[in-house]
Amino acid sequence: MGKAIRDVYGEALVKYGRENKNVVVLDADVCSSTKSGLFAAAIPERFFNVGIAEADMVGIAAGLATTGKIPFVNTFAVFLASIGLIGARAFGSYSKLNVKFMGAYGGISDAYDGPSHHSLEDIAIMRALPNFQVFVAADEYQTDWLVKNAIEVDAPMYIRLSRDATPTVYSADTKFETGKGMILREGKDATIIACGVMVGQAVAAAEELAKKGIEVRVVDMFSIKPIDRELILESAAKTGAIVTAEEHNIIGGLGGAVAEVLSAGGANAVQEFIGLQDLHAECGSYNELLTKYGLDVPAVIAAVEKAIARK
Amino acid sequence: MNLSVAKRDELNALCKKFRIDLIEVLHSIQTGHPGGSLSVCEILTALYFEKAKVDPQNPLWENRDRIVLTKGHAAPMLYRVLAEKGFFPVEEMKTLRQLNSRLQGHPCALETPGVELSTGPLGIGLSACVGMALGLKLSGIEDATVYAILGDGELNEGTVWEACMAAAKFKTDNLIAILDHNHVQLDGTSDEIMPMGNVAAKFEAFGFEVFSCNGHDVEELCSTIDQAKAVKGKPSIILAETVKGKGISFMEGKNIWHGKPISDEEYKLAMAELRGEK
Repeated sequence: MGKAIRDVYGEALVKYGRENKNVVVLDADVCSSTKSGLFAAAIPERFFNVGIAEADMVGIAAGLATTGKIPFVNTFAVFLASIGLIGARAFGSYSKLNVKFMGAYGGISDAYDGPSHHSLEDIAIMRALPNFQVFVAADEYQTDWLVKNAIEVDAPMYIRLSRDATPTVYSADTKFETGKGMILREGKDATIIACGVMVGQAVAAAEELAKKGIEVRVVDMFSIKPIDRELILESAAKTGAIVTAEEHNIIGGLGGAVAEVLSAGGANAVQEFIGLQDLHAECGSYNELLTKYGLDVPAVIAAVEKAIARK
Repeated sequence: MNLSVAKRDELNALCKKFRIDLIEVLHSIQTGHPGGSLSVCEILTALYFEKAKVDPQNPLWENRDRIVLTKGHAAPMLYRVLAEKGFFPVEEMKTLRQLNSRLQGHPCALETPGVELSTGPLGIGLSACVGMALGLKLSGIEDATVYAILGDGELNEGTVWEACMAAAKFKTDNLIAILDHNHVQLDGTSDEIMPMGNVAAKFEAFGFEVFSCNGHDVEELCSTIDQAKAVKGKPSIILAETVKGKGISFMEGKNIWHGKPISDEEYKLAMAELRGEK
Protein backbone atom coordinates (compact mmCIF):
# COMPACT_ATOMS: atom_id res chain seq x y z
CA MET A 1 0.00 0.00 0.00
CA GLY A 2 1.15 3.51 -0.79
CA LYS A 3 0.14 6.78 0.76
CA ALA A 4 -3.48 7.84 0.96
CA ILE A 5 -4.45 9.31 -2.40
CA ARG A 6 -6.01 12.37 -0.83
CA ASP A 7 -2.83 13.22 1.06
CA VAL A 8 -0.74 12.86 -2.09
CA TYR A 9 -3.21 15.05 -3.91
CA GLY A 10 -3.10 17.85 -1.34
CA GLU A 11 0.69 17.79 -1.30
CA ALA A 12 0.85 17.86 -5.11
CA LEU A 13 -1.46 20.87 -5.21
CA VAL A 14 0.87 22.76 -2.93
CA LYS A 15 4.02 21.63 -4.77
CA TYR A 16 2.86 22.47 -8.27
CA GLY A 17 0.76 25.40 -7.11
CA ARG A 18 3.87 27.09 -5.79
CA GLU A 19 5.51 26.67 -9.20
CA ASN A 20 2.61 28.10 -11.19
CA LYS A 21 1.09 31.31 -9.88
CA ASN A 22 -2.01 30.87 -12.01
CA VAL A 23 -3.18 27.89 -9.99
CA VAL A 24 -6.17 28.72 -7.81
CA VAL A 25 -8.02 26.28 -5.61
CA LEU A 26 -11.66 26.24 -4.55
CA ASP A 27 -13.46 24.04 -2.09
CA ALA A 28 -17.03 23.69 -0.86
CA ASP A 29 -16.50 23.36 2.89
CA VAL A 30 -14.78 19.98 2.73
CA CYS A 31 -11.16 21.08 2.41
CA SER A 32 -10.07 19.05 5.40
CA SER A 33 -11.47 15.96 3.68
CA THR A 34 -10.33 16.64 0.12
CA LYS A 35 -6.98 17.89 1.46
CA SER A 36 -7.19 21.06 -0.60
CA GLY A 37 -6.81 22.54 2.88
CA LEU A 38 -3.08 21.94 2.54
CA PHE A 39 -3.09 24.46 -0.31
CA ALA A 40 -5.27 26.81 1.75
CA ALA A 41 -2.69 26.78 4.53
CA ALA A 42 0.28 27.19 2.21
CA ILE A 43 -1.07 29.70 -0.31
CA PRO A 44 -4.15 31.31 1.26
CA GLU A 45 -4.34 34.19 -1.24
CA ARG A 46 -5.15 31.74 -4.03
CA PHE A 47 -7.62 29.61 -2.10
CA PHE A 48 -11.37 30.21 -1.99
CA ASN A 49 -13.73 28.32 0.27
CA VAL A 50 -17.19 29.07 -1.12
CA GLY A 51 -19.19 27.18 1.48
CA ILE A 52 -21.59 24.36 0.73
CA ALA A 53 -22.39 25.63 -2.75
CA GLU A 54 -20.99 23.32 -5.40
CA ALA A 55 -22.69 24.85 -8.44
CA ASP A 56 -21.55 28.30 -7.32
CA MET A 57 -18.01 26.97 -6.83
CA VAL A 58 -17.88 25.70 -10.39
CA GLY A 59 -19.27 28.97 -11.73
CA ILE A 60 -16.72 31.02 -9.79
CA ALA A 61 -13.97 28.73 -11.08
CA ALA A 62 -15.15 29.28 -14.63
CA GLY A 63 -14.99 33.04 -14.15
CA LEU A 64 -11.47 32.70 -12.77
CA ALA A 65 -10.54 30.62 -15.81
CA THR A 66 -11.67 33.43 -18.13
CA THR A 67 -8.93 35.58 -16.59
CA GLY A 68 -6.21 32.99 -17.23
CA LYS A 69 -6.28 31.26 -13.88
CA ILE A 70 -6.14 27.47 -13.58
CA PRO A 71 -8.85 26.64 -11.06
CA PHE A 72 -9.08 23.32 -9.23
CA VAL A 73 -12.55 22.73 -7.81
CA ASN A 74 -12.75 20.31 -4.94
CA THR A 75 -15.52 18.38 -3.32
CA PHE A 76 -16.76 14.82 -3.16
CA ALA A 77 -17.04 13.24 -6.60
CA VAL A 78 -20.72 12.55 -6.14
CA PHE A 79 -21.50 16.24 -5.63
CA LEU A 80 -19.25 17.50 -8.42
CA ALA A 81 -20.91 15.23 -10.96
CA SER A 82 -24.39 16.20 -9.78
CA ILE A 83 -24.67 19.67 -8.27
CA GLY A 84 -21.55 20.84 -10.10
CA LEU A 85 -22.77 19.47 -13.40
CA ILE A 86 -24.57 22.57 -14.66
CA GLY A 87 -21.35 24.55 -14.65
CA ALA A 88 -19.31 21.59 -15.89
CA ARG A 89 -21.57 21.46 -18.91
CA ALA A 90 -22.03 25.17 -19.65
CA PHE A 91 -18.53 26.39 -18.84
CA GLY A 92 -16.25 23.36 -19.06
CA SER A 93 -17.76 21.29 -21.81
CA TYR A 94 -19.53 23.90 -23.96
CA SER A 95 -17.15 26.81 -23.36
CA LYS A 96 -13.94 24.77 -23.02
CA LEU A 97 -12.92 26.80 -19.99
CA ASN A 98 -9.85 25.44 -18.27
CA VAL A 99 -11.41 24.16 -15.04
CA LYS A 100 -10.16 21.07 -13.21
CA PHE A 101 -12.86 19.06 -11.49
CA MET A 102 -11.24 17.04 -8.72
CA GLY A 103 -13.63 14.30 -7.60
CA ALA A 104 -12.60 13.35 -4.08
CA TYR A 105 -13.73 10.20 -2.34
CA GLY A 106 -14.43 8.46 -5.66
CA GLY A 107 -16.33 5.20 -5.92
CA ILE A 108 -17.27 3.72 -2.56
CA SER A 109 -14.12 4.95 -0.82
CA ASP A 110 -16.17 7.16 1.49
CA ALA A 111 -17.20 3.78 2.78
CA TYR A 112 -18.70 4.53 6.18
CA ASP A 113 -20.70 7.54 4.99
CA GLY A 114 -22.76 5.25 2.81
CA PRO A 115 -24.42 5.42 -0.59
CA SER A 116 -25.41 9.10 -0.36
CA HIS A 117 -21.68 9.84 -0.46
CA HIS A 118 -20.57 7.09 -2.85
CA SER A 119 -19.99 8.00 -6.48
CA LEU A 120 -20.84 5.27 -8.94
CA GLU A 121 -22.04 7.33 -11.88
CA ASP A 122 -19.48 10.14 -12.07
CA ILE A 123 -17.36 8.60 -14.82
CA ALA A 124 -20.42 7.97 -16.98
CA ILE A 125 -21.67 11.52 -16.49
CA MET A 126 -18.41 13.35 -16.97
CA ARG A 127 -17.22 11.38 -19.97
CA ALA A 128 -20.50 12.13 -21.73
CA LEU A 129 -19.60 15.83 -21.71
CA PRO A 130 -17.97 16.91 -25.00
CA ASN A 131 -14.45 18.33 -24.62
CA PHE A 132 -13.94 16.91 -21.15
CA GLN A 133 -10.95 14.73 -20.40
CA VAL A 134 -11.57 12.11 -17.72
CA PHE A 135 -8.99 10.38 -15.55
CA VAL A 136 -9.04 7.99 -12.61
CA ALA A 137 -6.05 7.91 -10.28
CA ALA A 138 -4.72 4.43 -9.50
CA ASP A 139 -1.88 5.15 -7.10
CA GLU A 140 0.15 7.87 -5.44
CA TYR A 141 2.61 8.47 -8.26
CA GLN A 142 -0.12 8.67 -10.86
CA THR A 143 -2.05 11.09 -8.64
CA ASP A 144 0.96 13.37 -8.48
CA TRP A 145 1.35 13.26 -12.28
CA LEU A 146 -2.35 13.92 -12.83
CA VAL A 147 -2.11 17.17 -10.85
CA LYS A 148 1.02 18.27 -12.72
CA ASN A 149 -0.53 17.35 -16.06
CA ALA A 150 -3.77 19.15 -15.24
CA ILE A 151 -1.84 22.38 -14.71
CA GLU A 152 0.09 21.96 -17.97
CA VAL A 153 -2.82 21.06 -20.25
CA ASP A 154 -5.40 23.68 -21.19
CA ALA A 155 -8.60 21.61 -21.15
CA PRO A 156 -11.54 20.96 -18.85
CA MET A 157 -10.82 17.80 -16.90
CA TYR A 158 -12.48 15.51 -14.44
CA ILE A 159 -10.06 13.61 -12.23
CA ARG A 160 -11.41 11.00 -9.87
CA LEU A 161 -9.46 10.52 -6.66
CA SER A 162 -9.82 7.93 -3.95
CA ARG A 163 -10.02 8.76 -0.29
CA ASP A 164 -7.74 5.93 0.66
CA ALA A 165 -4.37 4.36 0.09
CA THR A 166 -4.24 2.10 -2.95
CA PRO A 167 -1.60 -0.48 -3.88
CA THR A 168 1.44 1.21 -5.40
CA VAL A 169 1.97 0.09 -8.98
CA TYR A 170 4.24 2.86 -10.28
CA SER A 171 7.38 4.63 -9.24
CA ALA A 172 8.43 8.24 -9.13
CA ASP A 173 9.98 8.04 -12.61
CA THR A 174 7.06 6.34 -14.41
CA LYS A 175 6.06 8.25 -17.54
CA PHE A 176 2.36 8.74 -18.22
CA GLU A 177 0.67 10.09 -21.31
CA THR A 178 -2.90 11.24 -21.87
CA GLY A 179 -4.81 8.67 -23.90
CA LYS A 180 -2.27 5.92 -23.36
CA GLY A 181 -3.11 2.95 -21.14
CA MET A 182 -0.36 1.43 -19.03
CA ILE A 183 0.48 -2.25 -19.62
CA LEU A 184 1.42 -3.59 -16.19
CA ARG A 185 1.70 -7.24 -17.08
CA GLU A 186 1.73 -9.24 -20.29
CA GLY A 187 -0.37 -12.29 -21.03
CA LYS A 188 -2.09 -14.10 -23.88
CA ASP A 189 -5.20 -15.65 -22.30
CA ALA A 190 -7.22 -12.57 -21.31
CA THR A 191 -6.84 -8.85 -20.62
CA ILE A 192 -7.99 -7.07 -17.52
CA ILE A 193 -8.59 -3.40 -18.19
CA ALA A 194 -8.92 -1.62 -14.87
CA CYS A 195 -8.85 1.81 -13.31
CA GLY A 196 -8.42 3.24 -9.85
CA VAL A 197 -8.29 0.86 -6.92
CA MET A 198 -9.11 -2.03 -9.26
CA VAL A 199 -5.69 -1.76 -10.89
CA GLY A 200 -4.04 -3.18 -7.79
CA GLN A 201 -6.70 -5.88 -7.55
CA ALA A 202 -6.13 -6.78 -11.20
CA VAL A 203 -2.38 -7.12 -10.73
CA ALA A 204 -2.90 -9.35 -7.68
CA ALA A 205 -5.48 -11.44 -9.55
CA ALA A 206 -3.13 -11.88 -12.50
CA GLU A 207 -0.40 -13.11 -10.16
CA GLU A 208 -2.77 -15.68 -8.70
CA LEU A 209 -3.95 -16.77 -12.13
CA ALA A 210 -0.36 -17.19 -13.28
CA LYS A 211 0.07 -19.86 -10.61
CA LYS A 212 -2.70 -21.78 -12.38
CA GLY A 213 -0.98 -21.31 -15.74
CA ILE A 214 -3.34 -18.56 -16.92
CA GLU A 215 -1.46 -15.59 -18.33
CA VAL A 216 -3.33 -12.31 -18.17
CA ARG A 217 -2.43 -8.94 -19.62
CA VAL A 218 -3.22 -6.13 -17.16
CA VAL A 219 -3.89 -2.62 -18.39
CA ASP A 220 -4.41 0.48 -16.25
CA MET A 221 -6.79 2.59 -18.31
CA PHE A 222 -6.37 5.69 -16.15
CA SER A 223 -7.15 7.94 -19.11
CA ILE A 224 -10.80 7.10 -19.63
CA LYS A 225 -11.21 9.95 -22.08
CA PRO A 226 -9.43 10.11 -24.42
CA ILE A 227 -9.21 6.35 -24.23
CA ASP A 228 -6.50 4.14 -25.72
CA ARG A 229 -8.44 2.61 -28.60
CA GLU A 230 -5.41 0.94 -30.14
CA LEU A 231 -4.46 -0.83 -26.94
CA ILE A 232 -8.02 -2.04 -26.35
CA LEU A 233 -8.37 -3.44 -29.87
CA GLU A 234 -4.91 -4.94 -29.79
CA SER A 235 -5.69 -6.59 -26.45
CA ALA A 236 -8.93 -7.99 -27.86
CA ALA A 237 -7.15 -9.39 -30.90
CA LYS A 238 -4.32 -10.82 -28.87
CA THR A 239 -6.27 -12.33 -25.96
CA GLY A 240 -9.87 -12.66 -27.18
CA ALA A 241 -11.21 -11.95 -23.69
CA ILE A 242 -11.57 -8.62 -21.93
CA VAL A 243 -12.47 -8.05 -18.30
CA THR A 244 -13.14 -4.46 -17.31
CA ALA A 245 -12.81 -3.68 -13.62
CA GLU A 246 -13.92 -0.44 -12.00
CA GLU A 247 -15.30 0.98 -8.78
CA HIS A 248 -18.36 2.36 -10.57
CA ASN A 249 -21.71 1.21 -11.83
CA ILE A 250 -21.22 -1.31 -14.66
CA ILE A 251 -23.32 1.04 -16.80
CA GLY A 252 -21.56 3.91 -18.52
CA GLY A 253 -18.15 3.84 -16.91
CA LEU A 254 -14.87 2.27 -17.98
CA GLY A 255 -16.66 -0.93 -18.99
CA GLY A 256 -19.04 1.01 -21.18
CA ALA A 257 -16.21 3.01 -22.72
CA VAL A 258 -14.26 -0.17 -23.55
CA ALA A 259 -17.38 -1.85 -24.94
CA GLU A 260 -17.90 1.15 -27.25
CA VAL A 261 -14.38 0.75 -28.59
CA LEU A 262 -14.72 -3.02 -29.02
CA SER A 263 -18.06 -2.69 -30.76
CA ALA A 264 -17.09 0.14 -33.10
CA GLY A 265 -13.78 -1.57 -33.82
CA GLY A 266 -15.44 -4.85 -34.79
CA ALA A 267 -13.41 -6.75 -32.20
CA ASN A 268 -13.89 -10.47 -31.86
CA ALA A 269 -13.66 -10.73 -28.09
CA VAL A 270 -15.90 -11.44 -25.11
CA GLN A 271 -16.20 -8.89 -22.29
CA GLU A 272 -16.98 -9.36 -18.61
CA PHE A 273 -17.87 -6.34 -16.48
CA ILE A 274 -16.66 -5.94 -12.92
CA GLY A 275 -18.23 -3.08 -11.03
CA LEU A 276 -21.26 -2.29 -8.94
CA GLN A 277 -24.04 -4.32 -10.53
CA ASP A 278 -26.44 -1.44 -11.15
CA LEU A 279 -27.15 -1.03 -7.46
CA HIS A 280 -26.25 1.24 -4.57
CA ALA A 281 -23.89 -0.20 -1.98
CA GLU A 282 -24.26 0.33 1.76
CA CYS A 283 -21.97 1.58 4.49
CA GLY A 284 -19.21 -0.43 6.13
CA SER A 285 -15.46 -0.71 6.00
CA TYR A 286 -13.96 -0.11 2.56
CA ASN A 287 -12.47 -3.59 2.28
CA GLU A 288 -15.70 -5.24 3.36
CA LEU A 289 -17.57 -3.27 0.74
CA LEU A 290 -15.08 -4.16 -1.98
CA THR A 291 -15.60 -7.83 -1.14
CA LYS A 292 -19.37 -7.71 -0.77
CA TYR A 293 -19.83 -5.90 -4.08
CA GLY A 294 -17.48 -8.07 -6.11
CA LEU A 295 -14.54 -5.69 -6.35
CA ASP A 296 -11.90 -7.87 -4.74
CA VAL A 297 -9.23 -10.20 -6.07
CA PRO A 298 -11.34 -13.40 -6.03
CA ALA A 299 -14.06 -11.60 -8.01
CA VAL A 300 -11.54 -10.53 -10.63
CA ILE A 301 -10.16 -14.07 -10.88
CA ALA A 302 -13.67 -15.47 -11.31
CA ALA A 303 -14.48 -12.93 -14.03
CA VAL A 304 -11.30 -13.75 -15.93
CA GLU A 305 -12.04 -17.47 -15.80
CA LYS A 306 -15.59 -16.85 -16.96
CA ALA A 307 -14.40 -14.72 -19.84
CA ILE A 308 -11.85 -17.30 -20.94
CA ALA A 309 -14.53 -20.01 -20.82
CA ARG A 310 -16.77 -17.89 -23.08
CA LYS A 311 -14.12 -17.48 -25.78
CA MET B 1 -21.47 62.96 -14.14
CA ASN B 2 -24.54 63.98 -16.15
CA LEU B 3 -24.80 63.06 -19.80
CA SER B 4 -24.71 65.87 -22.28
CA VAL B 5 -27.97 66.42 -24.13
CA ALA B 6 -26.27 65.36 -27.35
CA LYS B 7 -25.04 62.13 -25.78
CA ARG B 8 -28.45 61.38 -24.33
CA ASP B 9 -30.11 61.95 -27.68
CA GLU B 10 -27.51 59.77 -29.37
CA LEU B 11 -28.10 56.88 -26.96
CA ASN B 12 -31.86 57.16 -27.31
CA ALA B 13 -31.57 57.18 -31.09
CA LEU B 14 -29.44 54.05 -30.92
CA CYS B 15 -32.03 52.33 -28.72
CA LYS B 16 -34.77 53.21 -31.19
CA LYS B 17 -32.71 51.78 -34.04
CA PHE B 18 -31.86 48.64 -32.07
CA ARG B 19 -35.52 47.97 -31.30
CA ILE B 20 -36.54 48.36 -34.94
CA ASP B 21 -33.75 46.06 -36.12
CA LEU B 22 -34.53 43.52 -33.42
CA ILE B 23 -38.16 43.19 -34.47
CA GLU B 24 -37.08 43.06 -38.11
CA VAL B 25 -34.77 40.11 -37.52
CA LEU B 26 -36.96 38.24 -35.03
CA HIS B 27 -39.89 38.51 -37.44
CA SER B 28 -37.82 37.29 -40.34
CA ILE B 29 -36.39 34.26 -38.52
CA GLN B 30 -39.61 33.46 -36.60
CA THR B 31 -37.72 32.51 -33.45
CA GLY B 32 -35.94 34.28 -30.58
CA HIS B 33 -36.91 36.25 -27.49
CA PRO B 34 -38.40 39.72 -28.06
CA GLY B 35 -39.72 40.52 -24.54
CA GLY B 36 -36.49 40.40 -22.55
CA SER B 37 -34.45 41.79 -25.45
CA LEU B 38 -36.60 44.92 -25.53
CA SER B 39 -36.41 45.41 -21.76
CA VAL B 40 -32.62 45.22 -21.61
CA CYS B 41 -32.03 47.59 -24.54
CA GLU B 42 -31.10 50.75 -22.63
CA ILE B 43 -28.96 48.84 -20.12
CA LEU B 44 -26.81 47.35 -22.88
CA THR B 45 -26.69 50.60 -24.81
CA ALA B 46 -25.66 52.67 -21.79
CA LEU B 47 -22.89 50.20 -21.00
CA TYR B 48 -21.46 49.65 -24.46
CA PHE B 49 -21.86 53.20 -25.75
CA GLU B 50 -21.09 55.23 -22.65
CA LYS B 51 -19.91 53.54 -19.50
CA ALA B 52 -17.90 50.40 -20.24
CA LYS B 53 -14.35 50.14 -21.55
CA VAL B 54 -14.28 47.70 -24.45
CA ASP B 55 -12.32 47.64 -27.67
CA PRO B 56 -13.92 45.94 -30.69
CA GLN B 57 -10.51 45.92 -32.40
CA ASN B 58 -9.07 44.02 -29.47
CA PRO B 59 -11.94 42.08 -27.88
CA LEU B 60 -9.65 40.26 -25.43
CA TRP B 61 -7.84 43.39 -24.24
CA GLU B 62 -6.76 42.51 -20.71
CA ASN B 63 -7.92 45.72 -19.02
CA ARG B 64 -11.38 45.76 -20.59
CA ASP B 65 -14.56 45.79 -18.55
CA ARG B 66 -16.42 42.50 -18.74
CA ILE B 67 -20.10 42.65 -19.62
CA VAL B 68 -21.89 39.35 -19.08
CA LEU B 69 -25.48 38.82 -20.16
CA THR B 70 -26.37 36.20 -17.60
CA LYS B 71 -29.98 36.34 -18.88
CA GLY B 72 -28.66 34.78 -22.07
CA HIS B 73 -32.00 34.59 -23.86
CA ALA B 74 -31.78 38.32 -24.55
CA ALA B 75 -28.93 37.47 -26.93
CA PRO B 76 -30.55 39.16 -29.96
CA MET B 77 -30.27 42.59 -28.34
CA LEU B 78 -26.74 41.87 -27.13
CA TYR B 79 -25.74 40.91 -30.67
CA ARG B 80 -27.32 44.00 -32.16
CA VAL B 81 -25.43 46.22 -29.72
CA LEU B 82 -22.13 44.36 -30.23
CA ALA B 83 -22.52 44.66 -33.98
CA GLU B 84 -23.15 48.40 -33.78
CA LYS B 85 -20.12 48.74 -31.56
CA GLY B 86 -18.05 47.08 -34.27
CA PHE B 87 -17.38 43.58 -32.96
CA PHE B 88 -18.85 42.05 -36.14
CA PRO B 89 -20.83 43.25 -39.15
CA VAL B 90 -24.43 44.37 -38.53
CA GLU B 91 -25.28 42.40 -41.67
CA GLU B 92 -24.57 39.21 -39.75
CA MET B 93 -27.70 39.75 -37.63
CA LYS B 94 -29.81 38.05 -40.27
CA THR B 95 -27.97 34.78 -39.63
CA LEU B 96 -29.18 34.75 -36.01
CA ARG B 97 -30.17 31.25 -34.87
CA GLN B 98 -29.50 29.83 -38.35
CA LEU B 99 -27.21 26.94 -39.23
CA ASN B 100 -23.51 27.86 -39.51
CA SER B 101 -24.02 31.22 -37.83
CA ARG B 102 -21.71 32.69 -35.21
CA LEU B 103 -24.83 34.05 -33.55
CA GLN B 104 -26.17 31.16 -31.51
CA GLY B 105 -29.58 31.18 -29.83
CA HIS B 106 -27.85 32.00 -26.57
CA PRO B 107 -24.50 33.81 -26.31
CA CYS B 108 -21.46 31.67 -27.06
CA ALA B 109 -18.08 33.08 -26.05
CA LEU B 110 -16.23 30.69 -28.37
CA GLU B 111 -18.16 31.86 -31.42
CA THR B 112 -18.99 35.53 -31.14
CA PRO B 113 -16.44 38.33 -30.72
CA GLY B 114 -17.35 40.45 -27.71
CA VAL B 115 -19.29 37.77 -25.88
CA GLU B 116 -17.51 37.29 -22.57
CA LEU B 117 -19.22 34.16 -21.31
CA SER B 118 -21.48 31.48 -22.76
CA THR B 119 -24.78 31.87 -20.98
CA GLY B 120 -28.22 30.39 -21.27
CA PRO B 121 -28.75 28.16 -18.25
CA LEU B 122 -30.11 30.72 -15.82
CA GLY B 123 -28.79 31.39 -12.33
CA ILE B 124 -25.14 30.48 -12.70
CA GLY B 125 -23.90 33.53 -14.61
CA LEU B 126 -23.45 35.62 -11.48
CA SER B 127 -21.17 32.96 -9.98
CA ALA B 128 -18.93 33.19 -13.02
CA CYS B 129 -18.92 36.98 -12.73
CA VAL B 130 -17.76 36.68 -9.13
CA GLY B 131 -14.94 34.48 -10.43
CA MET B 132 -14.06 37.01 -13.13
CA ALA B 133 -13.96 39.78 -10.55
CA LEU B 134 -11.70 37.69 -8.30
CA GLY B 135 -9.48 36.75 -11.23
CA LEU B 136 -9.03 40.41 -12.20
CA LYS B 137 -8.07 41.31 -8.66
CA LEU B 138 -5.60 38.40 -8.46
CA SER B 139 -4.08 39.57 -11.74
CA GLY B 140 -3.61 43.06 -10.37
CA ILE B 141 -6.07 44.56 -12.85
CA GLU B 142 -7.68 47.11 -10.56
CA ASP B 143 -9.51 49.37 -12.97
CA ALA B 144 -11.70 46.85 -14.81
CA THR B 145 -15.31 46.29 -13.80
CA VAL B 146 -17.39 43.16 -14.27
CA TYR B 147 -21.00 43.95 -15.20
CA ALA B 148 -23.43 41.06 -14.68
CA ILE B 149 -26.81 41.63 -16.30
CA LEU B 150 -29.40 39.50 -14.56
CA GLY B 151 -33.04 38.84 -15.30
CA ASP B 152 -35.53 38.80 -12.48
CA GLY B 153 -36.80 35.33 -13.39
CA GLU B 154 -33.36 33.92 -12.80
CA LEU B 155 -33.44 35.16 -9.24
CA ASN B 156 -35.62 32.07 -8.64
CA GLU B 157 -32.42 30.00 -8.95
CA GLY B 158 -30.66 29.43 -5.64
CA THR B 159 -27.22 29.74 -7.21
CA VAL B 160 -27.81 33.49 -7.62
CA TRP B 161 -27.90 33.82 -3.85
CA GLU B 162 -24.93 31.53 -3.40
CA ALA B 163 -23.04 33.85 -5.73
CA CYS B 164 -24.20 36.86 -3.69
CA MET B 165 -22.84 35.33 -0.50
CA ALA B 166 -19.51 34.67 -2.20
CA ALA B 167 -19.34 38.17 -3.72
CA ALA B 168 -19.89 39.67 -0.29
CA LYS B 169 -17.41 37.34 1.42
CA PHE B 170 -14.69 38.02 -1.14
CA LYS B 171 -15.52 41.77 -1.29
CA THR B 172 -15.70 41.94 -5.07
CA ASP B 173 -16.23 45.69 -5.34
CA ASN B 174 -15.23 45.42 -9.01
CA LEU B 175 -18.51 43.59 -9.63
CA ILE B 176 -21.67 45.51 -10.53
CA ALA B 177 -24.79 43.47 -11.10
CA ILE B 178 -27.60 45.10 -13.04
CA LEU B 179 -31.04 43.58 -12.69
CA ASP B 180 -33.28 43.93 -15.73
CA HIS B 181 -36.25 44.15 -13.40
CA ASN B 182 -39.17 43.68 -15.76
CA HIS B 183 -41.26 41.63 -13.32
CA VAL B 184 -42.35 39.11 -15.97
CA GLN B 185 -40.98 35.66 -16.73
CA LEU B 186 -41.90 32.93 -19.16
CA ASP B 187 -44.98 31.47 -17.52
CA GLY B 188 -46.38 34.66 -16.03
CA THR B 189 -45.54 37.60 -13.83
CA SER B 190 -42.85 37.09 -11.23
CA ASP B 191 -45.44 37.55 -8.52
CA GLU B 192 -47.49 34.71 -9.99
CA ILE B 193 -44.64 32.29 -10.64
CA MET B 194 -42.35 32.82 -7.68
CA PRO B 195 -42.79 35.98 -5.65
CA MET B 196 -39.34 37.26 -4.71
CA GLY B 197 -40.56 39.60 -2.00
CA ASN B 198 -38.47 42.67 -1.38
CA VAL B 199 -35.65 42.16 -3.86
CA ALA B 200 -33.73 45.24 -2.73
CA ALA B 201 -33.86 44.10 0.90
CA LYS B 202 -32.72 40.62 -0.11
CA PHE B 203 -29.65 41.86 -1.97
CA GLU B 204 -28.87 44.25 0.83
CA ALA B 205 -29.10 41.44 3.38
CA PHE B 206 -26.74 39.38 1.25
CA GLY B 207 -24.14 42.12 1.43
CA PHE B 208 -24.70 44.20 -1.70
CA GLU B 209 -24.90 47.97 -2.00
CA VAL B 210 -28.26 48.40 -3.71
CA PHE B 211 -29.24 51.13 -6.17
CA SER B 212 -32.45 51.60 -8.13
CA CYS B 213 -33.18 53.48 -11.29
CA ASN B 214 -35.43 53.66 -14.31
CA GLY B 215 -33.93 51.06 -16.62
CA HIS B 216 -35.25 52.81 -19.73
CA ASP B 217 -33.72 56.18 -18.86
CA VAL B 218 -30.15 56.23 -20.17
CA GLU B 219 -29.24 59.27 -18.11
CA GLU B 220 -30.35 57.63 -14.87
CA LEU B 221 -28.65 54.39 -15.82
CA CYS B 222 -25.35 56.11 -16.46
CA SER B 223 -25.37 58.15 -13.28
CA THR B 224 -26.36 55.10 -11.21
CA ILE B 225 -23.51 53.11 -12.72
CA ASP B 226 -21.18 55.94 -11.66
CA GLN B 227 -22.49 55.66 -8.10
CA ALA B 228 -22.07 51.88 -8.09
CA LYS B 229 -18.50 52.18 -9.33
CA ALA B 230 -17.68 54.40 -6.37
CA VAL B 231 -18.66 51.71 -3.85
CA LYS B 232 -15.66 50.13 -2.13
CA GLY B 233 -15.37 46.92 -0.15
CA LYS B 234 -18.52 45.25 -1.41
CA PRO B 235 -20.36 44.38 -4.61
CA SER B 236 -23.23 46.50 -5.93
CA ILE B 237 -26.45 45.85 -7.72
CA ILE B 238 -28.56 48.25 -9.72
CA LEU B 239 -32.24 47.38 -9.77
CA ALA B 240 -33.09 48.76 -13.17
CA GLU B 241 -36.86 49.02 -13.36
CA THR B 242 -37.90 47.97 -16.85
CA VAL B 243 -40.89 46.80 -18.87
CA LYS B 244 -40.86 43.51 -20.70
CA GLY B 245 -41.51 44.16 -24.38
CA LYS B 246 -40.78 47.88 -23.88
CA GLY B 247 -41.64 50.05 -26.86
CA ILE B 248 -44.36 47.91 -28.39
CA SER B 249 -47.69 48.45 -26.65
CA PHE B 250 -49.16 45.02 -27.30
CA MET B 251 -46.02 43.30 -25.98
CA GLU B 252 -45.44 45.40 -22.88
CA GLY B 253 -45.77 43.45 -19.66
CA LYS B 254 -47.00 40.32 -21.40
CA ASN B 255 -45.31 37.05 -20.54
CA ILE B 256 -46.38 35.45 -23.84
CA TRP B 257 -43.84 37.72 -25.54
CA HIS B 258 -40.97 36.04 -23.72
CA GLY B 259 -40.21 33.93 -26.76
CA LYS B 260 -43.16 34.00 -29.17
CA PRO B 261 -42.65 34.31 -32.93
CA ILE B 262 -43.96 37.57 -34.41
CA SER B 263 -46.74 37.25 -37.01
CA ASP B 264 -46.88 39.43 -40.15
CA GLU B 265 -49.76 41.45 -38.71
CA GLU B 266 -47.99 41.95 -35.37
CA TYR B 267 -44.83 42.89 -37.20
CA LYS B 268 -46.59 45.69 -39.11
CA LEU B 269 -48.16 47.06 -35.95
CA ALA B 270 -44.88 46.87 -34.03
CA MET B 271 -42.84 48.56 -36.74
CA ALA B 272 -45.34 51.38 -37.14
CA GLU B 273 -45.19 51.99 -33.43
CA LEU B 274 -41.41 51.83 -33.15
CA ARG B 275 -41.00 54.20 -36.09
CA GLY B 276 -43.43 56.59 -34.47
CA GLU B 277 -46.01 56.36 -37.23
CA LYS B 278 -48.84 55.87 -34.76
